[in-house]
Amino acid sequence: MSSEGMKITLRMWRQKNKSAPGKFVEYKLSGVSEDSSFLEMIDILNEMLVHKGEEPVVFDHDCREGICGMCSMTINGVPHGPERKTTVCQLHMRKFKDGDVITIEPWRSKSFPIIRDLIVDRGAFDRIIQAGGFISARTGGTQDANAILISKPVADYAMDAAACIGCGACVAACKNASAMLFVAAKASQLNSLPQGKPEKDRRVLAMVKQMDAEGFGNCTNFGECQAACPKGITLDHIAQLNRDYLVAGVKKTLGLLK
Amino acid sequence: MNLNSNIPEGPLAQKWQSHKAHIKLVNPANRRKYKVIVIGSGLAGASASATLAELGYNVSCFCYQDSPRRAHSIAAQGGINAAKNYQNDGDSVYRLFYDTIKGGDFRAREANVYRLAEVSGNIIDQMVAQGVPFARDYGGLLDNRSFGGAQVSRTFYARGQTGQQLLLGAYSQMSKQIGLGKIKMHNRHEMLDVVLVKDAEGVPHAKGVIVRNLLTGEVEKHSADAVLICSGGYGNAFYLSTNAQGCSVTAAFRAYKRGAGFANPCYTQIHPTCIPVHGTQQSKLTLMSESLRNDGRVWAPKNKDTAAKIRAKQMKATDVPETDRDYYLERKYPSFGNLAPRDISSRAAKEACDDGRGVAPGSGNGVYLDFAESIGRLGESSIAERYGNLFEMYERITGENAYKTPMMIFPAVHYTMGGLWVDYNLMSNVPGLFVLGEANFSDHGANRLGASALMQGLADGYFVIPYTLGNYLAQVGAGAPALDNPAFAEAEASVKAFNDKIMSVQGDESARDLHIRLGHILWEKCGMARSKESLTQALAEIPALREEFWKRVRVPGDSKDLNIELERAGRVADFLEFAEVMVRDALQREESCGGHFRVEHQYPDGEAKRDDENFAFVGVWEYQGENKAPTLEKEPLKYEEVKFATRSYK
Ligand SMILES: Cc1cc2nc3c(=O)[nH]c(=O)nc-3n(C[C@H](O)[C@H](O)[C@H](O)COP(=O)(O)OP(=O)(O)OC[C@H]3O[C@@H](n4cnc5c(N)ncnc54)[C@H](O)[C@@H]3O)c2cc1C
Ligand code: FES
Repeated sequence: MSSEGMKITLRMWRQKNKSAPGKFVEYKLSGVSEDSSFLEMIDILNEMLVHKGEEPVVFDHDCREGICGMCSMTINGVPHGPERKTTVCQLHMRKFKDGDVITIEPWRSKSFPIIRDLIVDRGAFDRIIQAGGFISARTGGTQDANAILISKPVADYAMDAAACIGCGACVAACKNASAMLFVAAKASQLNSLPQGKPEKDRRVLAMVKQMDAEGFGNCTNFGECQAACPKGITLDHIAQLNRDYLVAGVKKTLGLLK
Repeated sequence: MNLNSNIPEGPLAQKWQSHKAHIKLVNPANRRKYKVIVIGSGLAGASASATLAELGYNVSCFCYQDSPRRAHSIAAQGGINAAKNYQNDGDSVYRLFYDTIKGGDFRAREANVYRLAEVSGNIIDQMVAQGVPFARDYGGLLDNRSFGGAQVSRTFYARGQTGQQLLLGAYSQMSKQIGLGKIKMHNRHEMLDVVLVKDAEGVPHAKGVIVRNLLTGEVEKHSADAVLICSGGYGNAFYLSTNAQGCSVTAAFRAYKRGAGFANPCYTQIHPTCIPVHGTQQSKLTLMSESLRNDGRVWAPKNKDTAAKIRAKQMKATDVPETDRDYYLERKYPSFGNLAPRDISSRAAKEACDDGRGVAPGSGNGVYLDFAESIGRLGESSIAERYGNLFEMYERITGENAYKTPMMIFPAVHYTMGGLWVDYNLMSNVPGLFVLGEANFSDHGANRLGASALMQGLADGYFVIPYTLGNYLAQVGAGAPALDNPAFAEAEASVKAFNDKIMSVQGDESARDLHIRLGHILWEKCGMARSKESLTQALAEIPALREEFWKRVRVPGDSKDLNIELERAGRVADFLEFAEVMVRDALQREESCGGHFRVEHQYPDGEAKRDDENFAFVGVWEYQGENKAPTLEKEPLKYEEVKFATRSYK
């Protein structure tokens, strides 16, 4: 890294609240270390603004290690930015060039209303989980953990699905703003495990119903969600969800589900 | 302060069973008359909320993130301990108990630790039942790995994302109860005070909280029959740590200012394997899980010149011949080797670097964690299977491929053993105020063993509080106070006054800059090695910095609106006050134990020298008012089962 660091121009989305009109504001930064993370670069901007007495850019972030799913912004049109399988908090400035102009916006989806600047309301995801994204397991009174044998491939498959961090990049990337990848990941994890089988049908029906109620769009298999997913969740979970949903729907029609 | 630990009578192994059999219960039909406030949705808060709601209590849970699923428990990588003895390698409840007491350098409470070990197995059963995809072998049985400070394999894991999977499990249980209306979840709310209301005898009980809605800036009052603080640790006092950006001491500290004792604040854990600091723009440090030490070997060059060449980038790690490598943990601690406990491993890394053998360019503060030998033995794919996501994370942050060249690591602030004082029932000295998870002080003494924090958070939330809270509630009876009780108005006014005071400064310095400066003071003077001299300096510098904060901090915007700088400034203000308590505690503790290493107290070979005669106590600090020195009270630690022994991992 040269001692001066990088010069970067930001085109940053600023919006006061849900109903106020938003716009891009340009900011110029210099001295950005290429070892800094993308969010540390925004910290530099915010420090500059605070020192001038201006309000900093509001963005969601917490763990800064790619696991809490809080960070969420679209960089040059790509949710979480250019590096594959990487959340924006793990993206580093060495992936950019000195002099770059970078456009930063919030997730865009009507189911994720903008709150301010780069933060949106992702409560819809929580409500989908509340509707059915769980296995009912009362505390205490469970059997010994090794009494349930789960073969390694099944455990691995469940873990692949369970890696979802609930960031919402899949929705932001999808031109229909579909939440299928998110819903499918959770359903796949729970439905594939023996512990999750008893509630399988109920679960998929309830989660999909809530997903639709939240106004997410339909999945038309473009696969942008998979490309944008920082945790590498794959489309086969969506296929699995579609199958599980079909089966549950048939059972329901036949009156086999109470 | 009433520091009665309320440890039940009877032999250690029967205390918990007999306590559960004798404490009071709330009858199922009456539980819905009680309301419980839970601050935090990490493993401790989520498991407590879910279980209490399931039992029938009405729960209100608060977190500062936009969803309970994002609490920092999510970031735990390596695993969770449990005395299942699935590997048939000699583990038992007693061994886990003993390892934890010894790992904590004989500064934890025996009875609490025994209970923790006792319920540990249930945790794994519970989490599996919820669908947590722990690692399994081909036969379908659960797999285990080893963690520092233990000679058995008792750590359960889900790739390098154990905390995530456990938290999502607890979150799913909590979500079910939110859906059923038994938990009211308040995301993006920060607790800024607890409200104490006097009972008929004039004894103050915790009966509510004051929170700030972070989206609107509105200050709200909430009342309940009891308050549970599950707000995590205070490692961010050091500015740079492995904690999340929002982690703070605020919830615990505001409770302290209302009379709750703060125990052992000087016990901070510096984790040996983190990615070294890269420069001044850095906002956090990233942990490389301790599990890596199962297969990675820690070393520094034997020769200072070699280290100097590496720092100057004239030489690479892979160019250093075997004969010039000092695998110092294997050399100094042959029986535990690379799996020596954290405090010991961290100090050894510091020693190597202080000796001029550090390898990080610039600061020199770095040593190697080398996988070449295990890749040679097991193949790259086995290593990728075990730690792939950690290697990827390392590469994203540093740009280096750790399959080809060793990782560079250095210790970083990671965990805080200190916390609010609680008795055996997890209740603080303030009746009705319970503290769970990392926010309390109870189980890890002066040093926590790896994979034991997840265990503790879940033990507290799933298996302890449902009983002990019922015992309290049954005694006080149902009846959350009305919000027009003057105690609420007073607390609300004090929160507003505090925020207004911050807003009124309008100086020339950002809260972050002041926080960075506090971090430097603490790291240099109350970090891995502490001395009377350094601590005395810190005790002069911190109040000066605090004064500067109140003259110079600049917070733009409005307090009655979303304001991230006000949030930050409030947390920094608390850290600035709390840091002083931490330093005072480090100063009074004239011994070395666990994460607290006083340079005056060491053996000639550099090992920590404990003083059981004079310091086998919990140091509990009581707030005395603004700009007054807090006072220290002591809870003596009595060991009935184990004998004090010099901790040796050699
Ligand atoms: C990077 C990392 C890796 C780790 N790896 C391991 C491991 O492998 N094994 C292990 O056993 N331990 C590990 N630990 C330690 C362990 O993860 C934590 O100690 C534990 O998860 C803490 O859980 P908790 O529920 O007490 O707190 P947290 O999970 O930190 O949750 C705190 C909660 O409190 C809320 N909160 C805080 N303050 C307020 C406030 N003022 N108002 C409202 N809400 C508030 C937050 O929103 C959050 O919901 C690791 C820790 C870190 C940082
Ligand atoms: S801040 Fe947690 S995933 Fe990015």
